[in-house]
Amino acid sequence: MSAVIVNLVGLSLIGLIVWYFWLSKPQGSLAAVGSSGAQEAFIVVRGGYSPDTIQVKAGRPVRLVFNRQEADPCSEKVVFDAFGVSADLPEGANIPVEFTPSEPGEYEFACQMGMLRGKVIVS
Amino acid sequence: MRDPVCGMRVGESALTVDGHPEVGFCSEYCRTQFIANPGRYSDRAAEPRSTAKAKAGSDSRATRAVGSSSIHLAVEGMTCASCVATVESALSAVPGVIDARVNFATEEATIDVAGGSHLTDDLLAAVSAAGYNARQLSNDPDEDGEQGRRQRLYRTLLRKFWFAALVSLPVIYFSYPEIFPGVPEKGSTALNLIWGGMALVTLAVMGWSGSQFFTGAWSAFKHRSANMYTLIAIGISAAWLYSTVALLFPGFFPEEKLRDVFFDVTAVVTALVVLGSALELRARARTSEALKKLIGLQAKTARVLRDDTEREIPVERVEVDDVVVVRPGEKIPVDGVVVSGGSAVDESMITGEPIPVEKTEGDSVIGATINKTGSFRFRATKVGRDTMLAQIIQMVRDAQGSKAPIQRTVDKVAGYFVPAVMIAALLTFMTWFTFGPIPALVYAVITAVTVLVIACPCALGLATPTSLMVGIGKGAENGILIKSGDALETAHRIDTVVLDKTGTVTKGEPALTDVVTFGPFTDDEVIFLAASAESGSEHPLGEAIVSGARARGLNLADADDFDAVPGHGIDATVNGRRVVLGNLKFMADRGVAAGTAEERLEHLANEGKTAMVVGVDGELAGVIAVADTVKDDSVAAIRRLHDLGIEVVMITGDNHRTAEAIARQVGIDRVLAEVLPEDKATQVKLLQAEGKLVAMVGDGINDAPALAQADVGMAMGTGTDVAMESGDVTLVKGSLTGIVTAIELSKATIRNVHQNLVGAFAYNTLGVPVAAGVLYPFFGILLSPLLAGAAMAFSSVTVVSNANRLRRWRPSLIQQGVSR
Repeated sequence: MSAVIVNLVGLSLIGLIVWYFWLSKPQGSLAAVGSSGAQEAFIVVRGGYSPDTIQVKAGRPVRLVFNRQEADPCSEKVVFDAFGVSADLPEGANIPVEFTPSEPGEYEFACQMGMLRGKVIVS
Repeated sequence: MRDPVCGMRVGESALTVDGHPEVGFCSEYCRTQFIANPGRYSDRAAEPRSTAKAKAGSDSRATRAVGSSSIHLAVEGMTCASCVATVESALSAVPGVIDARVNFATEEATIDVAGGSHLTDDLLAAVSAAGYNARQLSNDPDEDGEQGRRQRLYRTLLRKFWFAALVSLPVIYFSYPEIFPGVPEKGSTALNLIWGGMALVTLAVMGWSGSQFFTGAWSAFKHRSANMYTLIAIGISAAWLYSTVALLFPGFFPEEKLRDVFFDVTAVVTALVVLGSALELRARARTSEALKKLIGLQAKTARVLRDDTEREIPVERVEVDDVVVVRPGEKIPVDGVVVSGGSAVDESMITGEPIPVEKTEGDSVIGATINKTGSFRFRATKVGRDTMLAQIIQMVRDAQGSKAPIQRTVDKVAGYFVPAVMIAALLTFMTWFTFGPIPALVYAVITAVTVLVIACPCALGLATPTSLMVGIGKGAENGILIKSGDALETAHRIDTVVLDKTGTVTKGEPALTDVVTFGPFTDDEVIFLAASAESGSEHPLGEAIVSGARARGLNLADADDFDAVPGHGIDATVNGRRVVLGNLKFMADRGVAAGTAEERLEHLANEGKTAMVVGVDGELAGVIAVADTVKDDSVAAIRRLHDLGIEVVMITGDNHRTAEAIARQVGIDRVLAEVLPEDKATQVKLLQAEGKLVAMVGDGINDAPALAQADVGMAMGTGTDVAMESGDVTLVKGSLTGIVTAIELSKATIRNVHQNLVGAFAYNTLGVPVAAGVLYPFFGILLSPLLAGAAMAFSSVTVVSNANRLRRWRPSLIQQGVSR
């Protein structure tokens, strides 16, 4: 009897893990992007990127200012593989990363090890 | 009400944030800043400058120099957008300023000034007159600050380790009353009291030594992701919870055997993982050592001539067109051109070339290189962020932040890894609970915890980037600048190298190569007369003869009655003798019988050389030949490429005869001659169509399309900027040995990446099932969670240490002494 309960609980936990980490679409916080000049957003780095989804328009320069607020060395670099840019993020400093997306699409950015992830949605 | 972020006065219409009714914001930017860290702005009035802002402009990306006429300043004290306008107008008001832009986020000002104006001091004064502080930006991205933080983190981790380790010893001792003597009997009140104490101290271990596991896991969880911390946090807290429940509510477990405690798992795993983190942190700091070394190469001060007096100033203050004085043994502060004096300069730190290079008037010098013997003065041409060293630093930093294609695959796996391990742990628990031996619950808890603890996502994540960091840094140390992880990874599969002839295989400038004499004339006599006759000439062939004569130690005489017939030759009077220099037709015109020289002329022409007849006083005196000569180490480099099984192709716009002559000298097997500049890229494409993976090596603007077309474009650092921009790799020294070094380095780095990846994958794919107990039904083997913790902690350290092994890598051609 107890085995049945344990297995049911286990299976539902597995279901929860699959849903939470893989299936559910994180709503992500969309960065408010200014209308004048470069499209700008401020991103806090602490165990992840907040916001982690940035919506921008194609063909205009994008400027993301990162501020890393943790000592954990895992997040000390942010890499925009698709745009070929990266930046070291010293703790507490505002570090801008600039690029101009030309094609609409979804572009991921991540820490050097690929553990922290965010994306830029270009429309 | 004042905006706590920028200090501006704001009214009723100010933006607000929930939970902080006392504050209002002027803009969305300030509001976001506040939400990100409310604590930082809480006592804004008392301390107007936050500490975080002291790190102004530590990254140059936002405002990279546009031209040599840009000055970059760090501006401190700006609190809001209106300050930006104040500073900008103060800077723009300085005479000579074309444009001034201030970046609020980075606290940087970029000022475009008219070329050659010494404005830095005026600009600094203007900023301070406006009420702010400014200093000139260097390239140092606050390395000390970052290093200090790493040091502090390392020391904290070590303290956390010692605490957990000291707690672990008694905890292990009292956890096994069956094994260790002197421990009170199981079930006795004494032992239960001791175990209660253990519950408290291990809680302290989790709460302090293991605090980063929980904070890290939680912040990742909020982002719907999971990492190493998640696994460890669940593992150690599950062990602790089970033990505490078993201790406090023994009635909960009907069987005596279930009332066991695993506080040792919590304490020991925490200690080991914290120690692993500390060791990993230290090893990772070493992976960027090459970059730190480069940054350390910069000179601190420079001695410049201003108002006819020598003044020692910080190197950041040196401006374009300053005349800089360098004495023996000193470091050359910035890039420039020698205006007087001369010396031998050690450029090994930039080019990897071990032999000091002679510099005289008109030669360019590179900042950060060391002046050996003489004194000289030079005019600064590149300063601040435009110097070669600064650009190298930026290029290395960018490359280290790029990804190798192989990592993109790993990244995909990494995204699924941690949740998959959590699922594996649950399945393990369920399997043991359902089918396991008595006491099934204990087995289920222990195996599930072991699975969580043994899995190491960090080893996978670190495998590629750490090797790449070391490999690219190692390249920079050897004068090979690799622009991206893509280039580094592709280079190891190159099977065809296409070399541009002029300036790549050869030196790119003609030199005196052969002298043939006729009649009573000696070699030196012929050269002396020809070179003296040419001394007034500005023709490159004439200059080659003159410098050839100087190299032989001949003192030239003045030439009179100089006359040049373009395309044919020259004549002049030297020491009263009539000297004629030119082709056979020119000799016939000037009445020199030169028929006997014809055979020698043809022979030299077949070798790809430009040969000229020398006539003296109407008599045939000799034949001298001038040719573009092969660089000293080209032969050895090409031989080494052949040894590596790489086909070497030479491409040139020159004629077949000259091209083949050069190809024979250096041992190239395939020659593409008379190729128009615009067709070079097409030729590369044709080779690629043959299924070859092509590296193109060139130096000129006309090579740029071919460099871009090739799988890996390698530009000679001695060549044009355009070529270097189009290339994926820059060979700073401008020698072909660089190609060999780049390919070998790529092979070594990719081999290292493979070792790391194979190791990390094997570790995880073997470790997780063993931890789950797959060996138990067959051999009765069950992994202890303590061992699993040790294995996990050291697997990531192993990966980083293996990457650090690359630091000992040396290029083969230097070892053989070829380039010495």
